[in-house]
Amino acid sequence: MSVAEQPKNPTTSAPKKERTWEYALDNERLLGMTLLLPAVIYIILLVAVPFFLAIAYSFSDATIGDQSLDFVGLETYERVIKNPTFQTALYNNFRFTIIAQVLVTTLSIILALILAQDFRGKWLFRFLILLPWVTPIALGSVGWLYMLDTLYSPIDYVLREVGFLANVEGKGEFVRSLTNILQDIGIVEKDTALKLNCEMRGTREICFFNMQWLAQPDTALYSVIAVHVWRMLPLSTIIILAGLTAIPKDIKDAVAIDGVGPIREFFEVTLPLIAPITGIATLFGLIYTFTDVIVVAILTKGNPANETQVLPYWAYLKGIQGTNLSEGAAIALFMFPFLLVVAVITLTLISRREVT
Amino acid sequence: MSTVETVALVKHYDNDVIAVNSIDLHIKEGEFLVLLGPSGSGKTTLLRMIAGLEKVTSGKIYMGGRDVTHLPPRARNLSMVFQSYALYPHMSVFGNIAFPLKAKGLPYQERKKKVEWAASLFGIEQYLQRKPRQLSGGQRQRVALARALVHEPSVFLLDEPLSNLDAQLRASARDEIKQFQRRIATTTIYVTHDQVEAMGMGDRIAVMNHGNMHQIGTPQELYREPADTFVATFLGSPPMNLLNQKECIIGFHPEHFLPKDIIHEESPRFEFPFRVTRVEYLGADRFVYGIVPSESGHTRVISKIPSLVTVPLETDQLYTFAVLKEDMKYFDKKTGKRIDPIPFSMAVFEHAEV
Repeated sequence: MSVAEQPKNPTTSAPKKERTWEYALDNERLLGMTLLLPAVIYIILLVAVPFFLAIAYSFSDATIGDQSLDFVGLETYERVIKNPTFQTALYNNFRFTIIAQVLVTTLSIILALILAQDFRGKWLFRFLILLPWVTPIALGSVGWLYMLDTLYSPIDYVLREVGFLANVEGKGEFVRSLTNILQDIGIVEKDTALKLNCEMRGTREICFFNMQWLAQPDTALYSVIAVHVWRMLPLSTIIILAGLTAIPKDIKDAVAIDGVGPIREFFEVTLPLIAPITGIATLFGLIYTFTDVIVVAILTKGNPANETQVLPYWAYLKGIQGTNLSEGAAIALFMFPFLLVVAVITLTLISRREVT
Repeated sequence: MSTVETVALVKHYDNDVIAVNSIDLHIKEGEFLVLLGPSGSGKTTLLRMIAGLEKVTSGKIYMGGRDVTHLPPRARNLSMVFQSYALYPHMSVFGNIAFPLKAKGLPYQERKKKVEWAASLFGIEQYLQRKPRQLSGGQRQRVALARALVHEPSVFLLDEPLSNLDAQLRASARDEIKQFQRRIATTTIYVTHDQVEAMGMGDRIAVMNHGNMHQIGTPQELYREPADTFVATFLGSPPMNLLNQKECIIGFHPEHFLPKDIIHEESPRFEFPFRVTRVEYLGADRFVYGIVPSESGHTRVISKIPSLVTVPLETDQLYTFAVLKEDMKYFDKKTGKRIDPIPFSMAVFEHAEV
């Protein structure tokens, strides 16, 4: 077929008028700014403004009744720091966060290793592990409040059934309890009293022991930590599982060919390869747990005697319930340096991951 | 060093896919055997079963006469080079090469000596402290080879080790692997889908497709006496031409399909009308594409003419091409297997309108 026979490509006779605004979003700078704008507005209104407002409040004597910003220097900070409850809360914040996160990281690596295997009913296991994360934290905490109830705790019921806590007729009978055991191995302090609850059932008086998880300083502390662990475990597990499944199959095969045992494989190959992503999961967990107010607010309200108090809830009690805005702001700002450090480390880790 | 033998080796996957179908292989001591086949032919599965990375559905694997069918890879004293090299990204080159020795519990000084020896074999001594990501593709491949070699395995398995290299590097790496294998004389199984690689490197080649073994033989045997039409069309570039006849399928290599005039008058031969559709000049050769009549209408065939032959050939012209009788292969129409020469009717060629 010669060139002359080929059908002609129809050409449009009248050229359209150029409308340059149609291509405005092809400009990457403009496109980038447009896409970022909603997020920037959101952050300015809901993060930056309250943050700087809090700094301003903390140097003033503002209350809910009188929000005028009269500068009083470091007076508010001085008052806040001297309060022993603040000191407990600050200490608890670190204690809860670090203990919870050590447990979360360790357990989630183990769980992720299990989930990376093939076994029957894996989907169910996976679903159950994810459940705490999709449950609203407030709802979850209310559930735990019931689980740890002073009188009707199902955990206590189970402990009584298996014989750790006794169900006895009449008082005075010594029963070796879980508290005794915990006292013996030093987890619970010696002077923690075991509570005996009695009630009349017909003519008989039935007494039963309760752990009173949330009423005793030690067990209340462990309860708060346990709920934090329960809550953070799913996210951490899923992140680490993603890291595990990202290890190429060839690497696992090479390990098998090189004749390396499972323990050496874990410590010398698997762990170093998932270390960056585990670090990111850990830092996320630190921020979540450090700033969480709901678990303590619902479970203990800082009780007994402010032993489980934490900074965010203490700031709420002081600033909103106690109407002392300036003190509340100052208390909350004490979390800032820690969060800043964690955020910087997280971002550095993430950016370094992108490069390699 | 040891022999490797598979007896009626079978691999089924859960979904009833037969990946490897009753393979009998006997690999001699120190031999370089190439498993050749297109993707999905089961060659890599077969290699992975020999390595112990894949469970065997049925059949046996012997190494040096020992039944290793159900033993883990580390009990088989073999090593493997992966297509991706599978270097440990967080370890230095030294750490990578030393890793299999560490697993064997060798003390540090001995490890160091061995690593240096293996590194010097492949000229990578100066990179020992680097991480794999700081190396080029060719250097990574050498590290993988050094790691595979360092614990002196009795069987050496390579799974498409050259496919991640560029064409130039591939040629030199091919040469290097072959020479080094000759020197250490370790039984080697090499998987590839590249027939040029297979022809160039293998002492023997095993051609597989759809999990079945089609033929095992030296490169010359495969080329001269292909067992069936699959082997015939998988080897050679361009591959063998096949023509469907009433009695059988006839086949001839492109380099045996030449203009009638350049073949000696008295040589017994078959003549074909050949309409040229396209000519490709490739320096040393001319590839002439065209059509020949056959039982099932017209068949496309290729002729490969060395540049020494300067017969003018133009597109859209009809020529007479010929194949020497001794170069003609015959295949069964139903099974595709090669058969002894049988007479076939040339009528279709005589009254053809091409």
